[in-house]
Amino acid sequence: MNNGAGKRINGGVEEDDDEDDVNGDLDAWERTYTDERSWESLQEDESGMLRPIDNQALYHSQYRRRLRSLSSTAARIQKGLIRYLYIVIDLSKAASEMDFRPSRIAVIAKHVEAFIREFFYQNPLSQVGIVTIKDGVANCLTEIGGSPESHINALMKKLDCSGDSSLQNALDLVDGYLNQIPSYGHREVLVLYSALSTCDPGDIMETIQKCRKSKIRCSVIGLSAEMFICKHLCQETGGTYSVALDESHFKELILEHAPPPPAIAEFAVANLIKMGFPQRAAEGSISICSCHKEAKVGAGYTCPRCKARACELPTECRVCGLTLVSSPHLARSYHHLFPIAPFDEVPPSHLNDPIRKQKRNCFGCQQNVLDSGNKPGLAVVCPKCKRYFCLDCDIYIHESLHNCPGCDSFRHSKAATAKED
Amino acid sequence: MASAPSKLYADDVNLVVVLLDTNPFFWSSSSLSFSQFLSHIVSLLSVKKQKQIKANQDERFIGFCIFLIYEQLSKEEPEGRIKSSLFSGSLSMALCYIQRAFHSGALHPHPRILCLQGSPDGAEQYVAIMNAIFSAQRSEVPIDSCYIGAQNSAFLQQASYITGGVHHKPQNLDGLFQYLMTIFATDLHSRSFIHLPKPVGVDFRASTIDMGYICSVCLSIFCKQHKKCSTCGSVFGQGQSEAALASDKKRKTPET
Repeated sequence: MNNGAGKRINGGVEEDDDEDDVNGDLDAWERTYTDERSWESLQEDESGMLRPIDNQALYHSQYRRRLRSLSSTAARIQKGLIRYLYIVIDLSKAASEMDFRPSRIAVIAKHVEAFIREFFYQNPLSQVGIVTIKDGVANCLTEIGGSPESHINALMKKLDCSGDSSLQNALDLVDGYLNQIPSYGHREVLVLYSALSTCDPGDIMETIQKCRKSKIRCSVIGLSAEMFICKHLCQETGGTYSVALDESHFKELILEHAPPPPAIAEFAVANLIKMGFPQRAAEGSISICSCHKEAKVGAGYTCPRCKARACELPTECRVCGLTLVSSPHLARSYHHLFPIAPFDEVPPSHLNDPIRKQKRNCFGCQQNVLDSGNKPGLAVVCPKCKRYFCLDCDIYIHESLHNCPGCDSFRHSKAATAKED
Repeated sequence: MASAPSKLYADDVNLVVVLLDTNPFFWSSSSLSFSQFLSHIVSLLSVKKQKQIKANQDERFIGFCIFLIYEQLSKEEPEGRIKSSLFSGSLSMALCYIQRAFHSGALHPHPRILCLQGSPDGAEQYVAIMNAIFSAQRSEVPIDSCYIGAQNSAFLQQASYITGGVHHKPQNLDGLFQYLMTIFATDLHSRSFIHLPKPVGVDFRASTIDMGYICSVCLSIFCKQHKKCSTCGSVFGQGQSEAALASDKKRKTPET
């Protein structure tokens, strides 16, 4: 995908063939300094900061490629918002390899922690569970639940690797657990696979068909090389398969699974879920907290059905089982239902037009879209309100804000009336 | 999507982005006249400007605060019978501007947003405002809000609560400048040891219902059980394909 990763692969291949005797004791990253002289590709920009040449354009084209692959067809693809995801982590001997610094499992653990936090941030009503594969046996590390801290704490304690990996055992275990969840939930599995083989007790093809019948969407991220069985699993169940080239690529791949994937409509039954919207307890009130089993003062939430106290939201009431949420939690998922259209690129010839030159300010940050020195910077335009935006605002709007400032600033624009429906 | 990277804040630099409500429908019926209101704001800013110059700050951002106000004066154009003003648009612009401030160098100012609103909330902006609030929470930008209208603004209360800002509804509008100076002019570092008005009870409940039913597809809230979701059209308790088949059959029979 990026030039840096490509160069690194080539460097590895060359080492085996030619330069064993000369540069045999140099690592690949050291070789990038001697061979490629990475400092020469740096440049100072107008505020005196060092930047690689054309980094911004590269970043932006990467971002747009990603956006296009994510929102392939129309804007309103149905997404599975209530997700039950199992993360399967391979703790076989291959996970202790050191091609990812300091070791594959350390990199995996670090990014799984970040992924879990991002997942709960983007999907507050969903739940996660962790399964590990070690010595050919799959074990459930944490049960499916909605509290990020409990998963992260449990994961960080058990990171020792040994033995073989068994994909079939993991899938069987996950299938058993996911058959117990409510029918309106979307069932997903994310496998982080480091090994190059799988030692299975039976026919893995049968297990894959079983997962397909149970409507479980399995995705795999490989850390070593592409494997047929993983590819087959993902194709059969409708998931995605990718292999990480290096640590930053792995981080990108795993975070791609945080936003909800396009839902296949028959997979989950639509249902009305009863939920409570608790009010915050008054400042001085004293009650027994149901999660800590001790008396606490103020600052909690009261279940509207059974009046038990809960510490944080979202959660399930421990006394009556009612799901407790607050409306911001639901609102956090609304941007998946009302996505904004990607902005169109503006050809540089438009920007250079001397007649319209004065008007070229990015509508979001009021910065001049033309670079200093009168070179046209890259700009994008909203297809609905026709306002220009700079690249930074474009990325911020699509990744974080999910509102077009231009469409929101004019009441009678088409976008505004569409939202009023 | 990635969480906000760690930031290095310059201790004494503050960037305050002020959003003013310029809805003529509100100002024509308010007890405080718009020119008086502006005089309060301008005096607040001139005091802040003085403080900032003493602390040796980047001049660009001082000038910018005022610039954005003039921008808002011309851009907020609420019309017709709808009395709310375009809060979501101005909040989005403010956040884009703050992102630019984050890119401005290794030590950048501590940003926050101050909103002064008098018009009532417009329900059609709910999704856009919530998106902006979550983005501000992500970037750690507190939103302070001062409501100078008649009723209460649930949007402003939620915004300040979620982002960690201060919300206040002044009792006496003639003394607005004093409220602004004592509550909203404090910078973020000093807030940990200055006693500010606490939220009495932020009402998060979606239109004051305690318990409701949520559609699992589109997350819309209902107070009673229904057979079908009015927002997304999903039939409850059935798979989607079966429902589509059933409605197709219904459509075909009247024609034959």
